[in-house]
Amino acid sequence: MSNIPSDLRYTKSHEWVRAAQDGAVEIGITDHAQSALGDLVFVEVPEAGRSVKAGEASAVVESVKAASDVYSPVSGKVIARNDQLASQPELLNQDPYGAGWMFRVQTSAPIDAAALMSAADYSNYLAEESK
Amino acid sequence: MGLKTALYDTHVLQGAKIVDFGGWEMPLHYGSQIEEHHAVRRDAGMFDVSHMGVVDLTGDRVREFLKNLLANDVGRLKIPGKALYSCMLLPSGGVIDDLIVYLMSDTWFRVVVNAGTRDKDLEWIRRHAAPFAVTATLRGDLAMIAIQGPNAREKTLPLLAPAQRAAAGELAPFFGGSFDAWFIARTGYTGEDGFEVMLPAADAAKAWNALRAQGIQPAGLGARDTLRLEAGMNLYGNDMDENHHPLESGLAWTVAFEPGERDFIGRGALEILRRTPGDELVGLLLEERGVLRSHQKVVPAGEVTSGTFSPTLNRSIALARVPKTAALGVQVEIRGKLHSASIVKTPFVRHGKALISV
Repeated sequence: MSNIPSDLRYTKSHEWVRAAQDGAVEIGITDHAQSALGDLVFVEVPEAGRSVKAGEASAVVESVKAASDVYSPVSGKVIARNDQLASQPELLNQDPYGAGWMFRVQTSAPIDAAALMSAADYSNYLAEESK
Repeated sequence: MGLKTALYDTHVLQGAKIVDFGGWEMPLHYGSQIEEHHAVRRDAGMFDVSHMGVVDLTGDRVREFLKNLLANDVGRLKIPGKALYSCMLLPSGGVIDDLIVYLMSDTWFRVVVNAGTRDKDLEWIRRHAAPFAVTATLRGDLAMIAIQGPNAREKTLPLLAPAQRAAAGELAPFFGGSFDAWFIARTGYTGEDGFEVMLPAADAAKAWNALRAQGIQPAGLGARDTLRLEAGMNLYGNDMDENHHPLESGLAWTVAFEPGERDFIGRGALEILRRTPGDELVGLLLEERGVLRSHQKVVPAGEVTSGTFSPTLNRSIALARVPKTAALGVQVEIRGKLHSASIVKTPFVRHGKALISV
């Protein structure tokens, strides 16, 4: 069973969002996503200062087998990125909600709550997807 | 539902992530593909390769038939048990499949073909076998387990009857032999020493679990692909196919032009192609961060045919088809951006050691 922390919000493309203070959010990929991708060997995260749009391919994670886009769940400006992932992409496999966080965005517009799922909704979504 | 090998239930029980491969439901990995890769390079791992097609060819004229069918020359097989790697070609020179052929006796050869091409291979073999009165029998009753790694042989041998251990332990590379109901060959697809064992499907789960109890790590198709690519070995469908001939696929060494009077299917086309400037298959090492993948464009000219991340080198490597005139420094287009790569000699890794400096 996939780990789905209750304090985060989720997207259909398997990113998670953690609300921080001052309208900033932290973004990563879910436990389900890392498990489906397998051993990750390369991660490309956006640089601080870059503007991202909700739904835009903003980062790339590559497993041994394939490359996958990571879509920013929110619009805004990147204020930090996890530089450790460059040398330790396996952090995404080992701790997807913690040490494997990818980047932080200062949101420019209110978050579209309808586009993001609660932990319970994401859990149901995964169950539906695997049918 | 896809086809399942005799070991399918065992894989599921042991936590395998199952994927479709050429119509077969096969293990991709049992948790970590990279750990499985390292187990094979450093110790011993095992793969279920029962999806591959084992075909027994029998008849008085079987050797004559194979001299016509295969681009490599079975005339080189003189001692029973000896194996030969070859392509089977179309008259155009395009590759129908690559295979291993074992000499079993004067009237019996065994070939092992790829899973995804099995049906078309059988049809092609049978069509050309008929005039030679050779019979092709698909051995669906056999399972196959590849045990690979520096400690693979010593961990496998205790499973044999004491009287047979010595003989199996003395098999030279690229030789096989029958040990009761098992056919054991010192062959593989990883660049490491080891065995490929063909055994009755009914015995497969018991043997697999006994090998596991010997400390041999189950490994999936994911590790099999990174291991073979590090070893510079081709994958059918990626690195060669019916539209690409062996000479532009790094397989010229498997085409026996001598003796000149041997007329094999595809020879006429290859005699012309060998005198024509064209492409070649080379190894690529990515000089920057990122991962090479099949179908990426090589600049100024060419295409990646197989690419991956090499767990041994901690860098991305690939096989690519480029013009023979290509300079050693090239670029590869990854998601719209050009990245520097070097043409290097393959294999990248063999017997646990990196053969190129990174």
